[in-house]
Order: sequence, then structure tokens, then C-alpha cells
Amino acid sequence: MEPFKNFIDVLTQPTLMLTLAMFTFPFFFPMNDWFDKWNRRLRLNLLWTKAGLIAVIIGLTLFFVVGVQDAEFRLIMLKPDNVPIVGLIFLVYFFMWVSMKQASDNDKLLSTGEKPNEYHDPDEKVLVWPDLVYVEFISLILCMCLLLVWSIGLDAPLEEPANPAATPNPSKAPWYFLGLQEMLVYFDPWLAGVVFPTIIIFGLMAIPYLDKNPEGSGYYQFKNRRLAISIYMFGWIILWVLLIIIGTFLRGPNWNFFGPFEYWDIHKLEPLTNINLSEIIYIKLFNTGLPSNILVREIFGFIVVFGYFLVFPPLLAKTVLKRIYLQLGNFGYGVFVFLLLCMLSLPIKMYLRWIFNLKYLIAIPEYFFNI
Amino acid sequence: MPAEAEQPLQEKKSSQQATASVGEGTIKEKVQRRSFISWLAVAWVAFAAATGGFFTMILRIFFPNVLFEPPQSFKIGPPDEYEIGLVDIRWQAKFGTWIIRDSEGIYALSTVCTHLGCTPNWLENESKFKCPCHGSGFRRSGINFEGPAPRPLERYRIVMADDGQILIDKSKKFQYEKGQWSDPEAFLVV
Repeated sequence: MEPFKNFIDVLTQPTLMLTLAMFTFPFFFPMNDWFDKWNRRLRLNLLWTKAGLIAVIIGLTLFFVVGVQDAEFRLIMLKPDNVPIVGLIFLVYFFMWVSMKQASDNDKLLSTGEKPNEYHDPDEKVLVWPDLVYVEFISLILCMCLLLVWSIGLDAPLEEPANPAATPNPSKAPWYFLGLQEMLVYFDPWLAGVVFPTIIIFGLMAIPYLDKNPEGSGYYQFKNRRLAISIYMFGWIILWVLLIIIGTFLRGPNWNFFGPFEYWDIHKLEPLTNINLSEIIYIKLFNTGLPSNILVREIFGFIVVFGYFLVFPPLLAKTVLKRIYLQLGNFGYGVFVFLLLCMLSLPIKMYLRWIFNLKYLIAIPEYFFNI
Repeated sequence: MPAEAEQPLQEKKSSQQATASVGEGTIKEKVQRRSFISWLAVAWVAFAAATGGFFTMILRIFFPNVLFEPPQSFKIGPPDEYEIGLVDIRWQAKFGTWIIRDSEGIYALSTVCTHLGCTPNWLENESKFKCPCHGSGFRRSGINFEGPAPRPLERYRIVMADDGQILIDKSKKFQYEKGQWSDPEAFLVV
């Protein structure tokens, strides 16, 4: 069992786990023909069959059953805050499966020139009363039972009265904010706490205006909407759900990373000295001190940030996103590519932090402006 | 043809007049045009007064009669109570201040993380302040060196009182990035 635990601890190092997740992601949600070919060749499309569902559920259950034997992981897993996150892992996969199963079934029908399943009226119609109401009533009773057992079995995670001078260690946000908390590690508070959540909300609201593809309205399908689905699932699965899982299971005292089977050592030492881009350039590269003028000091950061948002849109419009540019026109494409670049800035900033110990590209603490 | 067409038109007119006169009669009895405007003004004034009073009362909440907060300036005893090379956390809970004495003197650090405002912990073995919320780390001096904190911890005004005790004044802060740490009141030479 020890080698297995060590293997999991190594595998779940967030640097490694996120890298693996990001690079294997397009094989699960192929966004072009090349990935699609490999998706078939590696039989990853079996994930959306009934056998795939059973295999994944059994695999996950086994992992948690084995995991609960371990004293360290039991503490994390059975904490009343975290039990729902274990459920969330199962539920996210299940609902992903429900839609992707229908999508792959419809893809098969469409490729043979037939209409999707939902096109035909079902022969057997059911009545609202009593059929639907009956199902709803049963669901309601089951939910009530679950909530009753849950509320009796798990104590509410209440703590001592709040004391501004004592912050629990680690201090975790409610589970639905753990993605934001993870983002806050890499960005300035006003960016990660105010600007990005606003962009996320408005970005989600903008989706129906950007994605006008009529394919798949009223039924699930993947083939003709693979770019749209891939981009959305990347933001949802990798940059939201995975960050919640990392925040729940892998963040420990002093907000250090810990493997699921690793002892939460308060004195775990991870020597890292983060420096700003201006310090890397002026002190390490040029060997001169930091210039006193703020704009001169941060000019390279401004070049990088503005370059990122000014160079990539036209570049992408001429290459990979050419079709989308032609579909959406100047304004629509501008909004779309801005949202896309904002989304990708999170993993980019994470890697800059992990590889170069970079704190901020632009750092003007004098005016609370850091990117 | 035209005679036929006129007939219903006239009928329509007369019926319209009839309804209009009935309508005017009922309105006349209730409200007139001038009094309507003055009633409207009364209503708006009443609404504005009620809303204004409501918001005044809400504003009043921000200025309570009694403040159950520790005072902004306080005395922490004579300098020889503080050992050289130690970070003193005895005032952390009550006043939100760390007192640090090095070979040159004493300074008072704020316990508020400059990233998002949690209270970091002093880790003696690692010789650093480490924030449990997002992992920001600060050296003994208050300089930020790890995690996302954008600027060093703030220092409070520290002076000697007349009775030989150290006086900390939290209403005056000194920020490193503004070059204020060299201010004579940011550091107590002992």
C-alpha cells in the first residue's frame, strides 16, 4: 500500500496534476481531427459508454475506500466540510457522462445521415399527473432522507467565535469559493477577487451571444460543436472543479501543498522567494538597481501584458481561430478572444509562479496596481 | 354609399361623447388637475422624508455611542521587557501588533496581511510570518518574500512615553514601499 500512496502523493502534486490534466484534456474532449483520431485510438471515447461509467465509478469508489484506511487522508476526507466534495467528484463525472453519452449517441446517428434521437417524438408519452408528479414526489422523499441522514450523521462544521487576531490554519473558503482562493494565490486581490469574478459572470452571460451555432440546439452533440464544448469544459473542469479539489484535498497548513496521504506538517518548509518581473530584469539581468521612476521600472511588465492582449487576437484570428473570426465579425471576435485570453492567463500565471518564482508582471504597490 | 358610410361614423362620435362626459363627471368630483399636482408634491415629499430618515438611521449605525474596541494607542511596558532577537506576540490578540526587538531597537508590526487581510502566524523555526489564507510569507522585518502579498507589513508609530513605557500609536502607519520606515517614529532606538 505504501508505494501506491507515495505514487498518488507524487501524482497529485498540483504542478504535475495540473500539467497532466491540461495536456490530456484535449484527448478526452478532442477539438480537432488529430486529437479525435487519438481519442479513438486510445479508446477514450469508451468513457462515455455504460461500461465507462461503471468503471469510473468503481475506480473512484475504490480510491476513496482505500484512501479512508489512511489516517491522514481520513482526516481530510471525513471532515464535514469535505464530505460533499467527495460527492461532487462523483456527481460531476456522472452529469458529464449523461450529456456526453447522449452526445456520442447522436454523433453516431448524425454521421450516418440520420436525425438525432430527440428529433422523433417518443411513441410512449407520459402524463404530468400522475407520472411526472409521482417521480418528482419520490425524488423529493429521497432528497429529504439524504438530508436527514446527512444532518444527523455529520456535525455542522462550526468553530469558536470569530477572533480577528486568530486565523485558523489553514483558512479555507467555502468549497464553492476554493477556485477563487486558488486564483488569489497567483493574482492581486482586486484582480482575482473583483475583476476576474466579474469577467467570469459576464463571460458566461455572453456565451449565447457568441456561440450562435444552431447545431445541437435541443439535443446534445459533440462533433459539430467540439471547439465550443472543449473551451467551456476546459474552464469548468480544469480551472474550476480541479481547483476546488486541489483546494479541498491538497492545501494544508500555511497554505502549502500536501499530498492526500501526507502528514500535515505545520513546519513543512518550501523555500521560495517570489520576485517581480522588474526585479528579474533590472537586478538579475542588467545588474543595475531598480529605477526610481515607476513607469520606467514597470515598462517591461506593461509590454508583456499589453503585448499579450494586443498581439494574440490578430494572430489567432489569422491562424487557429480563423473560422470563428469570420463567423463572429470584429466585435464578437474581440469579446470572445478577450474572454479566452483572460481564462488562459490563470494557468499561464500559475506556471510563471512555479517555474520562475514570478510574483507580479506589473508591480506598483504604491498605487495598489499589480498584475 | 357615402350616406351609408356617414351613418355609423356619427353614431360612433355620439357614443364617444357620451362616455367622455360620464368620465369627466366622475373625475371632477374626486380630484382636480391643480390639486392633483399638489397632492403629488406632498406624496413625493413624504416619500423623500421617509427614505431620507431611513438612510439617516442606517448612517447612524456607523457612529455607535460606545466602541468595544481596544484603544488605538496604548502602552506596552518598558523596553527591557522585550528580548533582543525575539518576536513578541503577546499583544497580537488584544491590539493586533507584533513587537520585534533587534540589536538596534524596537518596531511594531501590523498583524494584517497586505494581501487580503488575514492574520499570519509567527513561525519561530522558519523565522518568518506565514499567512494561512493564501500562503504569503514575511520576514522578521515585515518584508514580503513569498506568496502573493504585494507589499510589506505596515509598521505603527512607536515612541517612548514620559513614564518610561513604550507607546504604540496604531492611527499612524508607516509603509515601506513609500519609504516611510526611515521615519524616526517608525523605529524606537534603544
